[in-house]
Amino acid sequence: MADIISPLPGIFYRKPAPDKEPFASEGDRIEAGQAIGMVEIMKQFSEVRSEVSGTLERFAVEDAGAVNPGDVIAVVAEQ
Amino acid sequence: MTFKKLLVANRGEIAVRIIRTARELDLRTVLAASEPDATSYAAELADEVEVIGPAAAGKSYLNVEAVLSAARSTGCEAVHPGYGFLSENAAFARAVADAGMTWIGPAADAIELMGDKSRARQAAEDAGVPTFRGSHGSLSPDDDAAAIAEEVGYPLVVKASAGGGGRGIRLVTGPEELESTLGMARAEALGAFGDASVYLEQFVSAARHVEVQILGDGERVIHLGDRDCSLQRRQQKVVEEAPAPGLPEAVRTKILASSIELGKLCSYSGLGTVEFLYDPESHEAAFIEMNTRLQVEHPVTEMITGLDLVREQILVARDGRLRLTQQDITFTGHAFEFRVNAEDPANNFLPSPGTLSRLDWPGGPGIRVDSGVVTGSVVAPFYDSLLAKLIVWDSRREETIARSLRALGELRIEGVKTTLPLLQAVLSRSEVRDVAHSTKFIESTPDLLGVTS
Repeated sequence: MADIISPLPGIFYRKPAPDKEPFASEGDRIEAGQAIGMVEIMKQFSEVRSEVSGTLERFAVEDAGAVNPGDVIAVVAEQ
Repeated sequence: MTFKKLLVANRGEIAVRIIRTARELDLRTVLAASEPDATSYAAELADEVEVIGPAAAGKSYLNVEAVLSAARSTGCEAVHPGYGFLSENAAFARAVADAGMTWIGPAADAIELMGDKSRARQAAEDAGVPTFRGSHGSLSPDDDAAAIAEEVGYPLVVKASAGGGGRGIRLVTGPEELESTLGMARAEALGAFGDASVYLEQFVSAARHVEVQILGDGERVIHLGDRDCSLQRRQQKVVEEAPAPGLPEAVRTKILASSIELGKLCSYSGLGTVEFLYDPESHEAAFIEMNTRLQVEHPVTEMITGLDLVREQILVARDGRLRLTQQDITFTGHAFEFRVNAEDPANNFLPSPGTLSRLDWPGGPGIRVDSGVVTGSVVAPFYDSLLAKLIVWDSRREETIARSLRALGELRIEGVKTTLPLLQAVLSRSEVRDVAHSTKFIESTPDLLGVTS
């Protein structure tokens, strides 16, 4: 298992825009470097990427939830 | 309609600003705050605080139902939206009025008209406001875009009708790019704004941003002078001043008078700002858009007119008529406003949240501070990075620049990085002193980007 950590404080979003599909869903196959969401800090957006390939086990933060640096955003089962 | 209790549907410095005037008018204030803002400086100053949702603005400050329900449950009779968030949301303005409360702003119809940038442009033309060459209204699919573009002339810009504030604009340098850029612009506009309508407008390379403050009651409309907001970065204003310097009197007279006509044409009530681009080469000013709300930079107008714009805005919403005439408005001196943002200019303006361990404001004659924070305040990462505005007045522009440099030098902020070094560097430039700058000045001057203290 590998944790995807938020590098920034802000708001975590699972979709690139409210009316768009999520970057990824629980159970999805994820490749290393793939974006699984983004963090908004003071109106600037940064993508959050997985460092490993595997299966996205679960999100630890709800969509539009607040995050702090170091918070676990999602957990990936490495494969 | 008379009222005693006002919901402040905003945060930060503008919430503080509105609460101050409300108190002077003997109005009770309720601050609609997100969870992390429930202990903010604005929350301390408000008579009551009503939590409307979690940190994410979409679930709190932008949540129409949550804000309305806060107003109802606390017995508010009026709503002030500030700027940003729901301030230019016509549906929200309508819902406030339908709930029997007074909306501190123009009628929803005027917000809607000015929110559609191609309709707004047409209204400006009808009112005699100078506009750049462009398509008349949005391009319809049947229009011969190539022929219209030929009339407008290249280079030109494709603008999203639902855009504004510098968003949804694409440059077309020649006819061979027109079709593909139109396609992209329509797709982008649909994705970003839910409306694929676009229009064409002449491109201006080096212009200044000049704007006119108007105030109306639905019948009578007056102007409160002009401002220059050319010092921008990424379409965001950094420094503003009033009156606009280096403007030929004929141009000034034209934009002031025609802005009043535009206000009358849409039966405008409350505060509004008509924005123009001024081309110093051709000495032409032309309409960009109209903002149907209180502006961030309203204090520079207050400094040279001696008025409290928020007070006039609230009174006209309450009484339904202006208590001022054009003859009552006089202008004295020159004012600058500096936006102090929690961003690191040495690190590509990366947002810099944190806790303010030290905050020493400048003082002395002609200095005003509109701040949303005090020492010990937490600058949350969730919202806009604007901490405070430093506003400086003196009798002439040159003296105001000297006083501003003195004041910026006294400002001490510790705990977060701020744009103070950029503000100082900008004001020290001869281009700014000589009014030889344009809206692209900051971004095209590498010395100003990456400045360190």
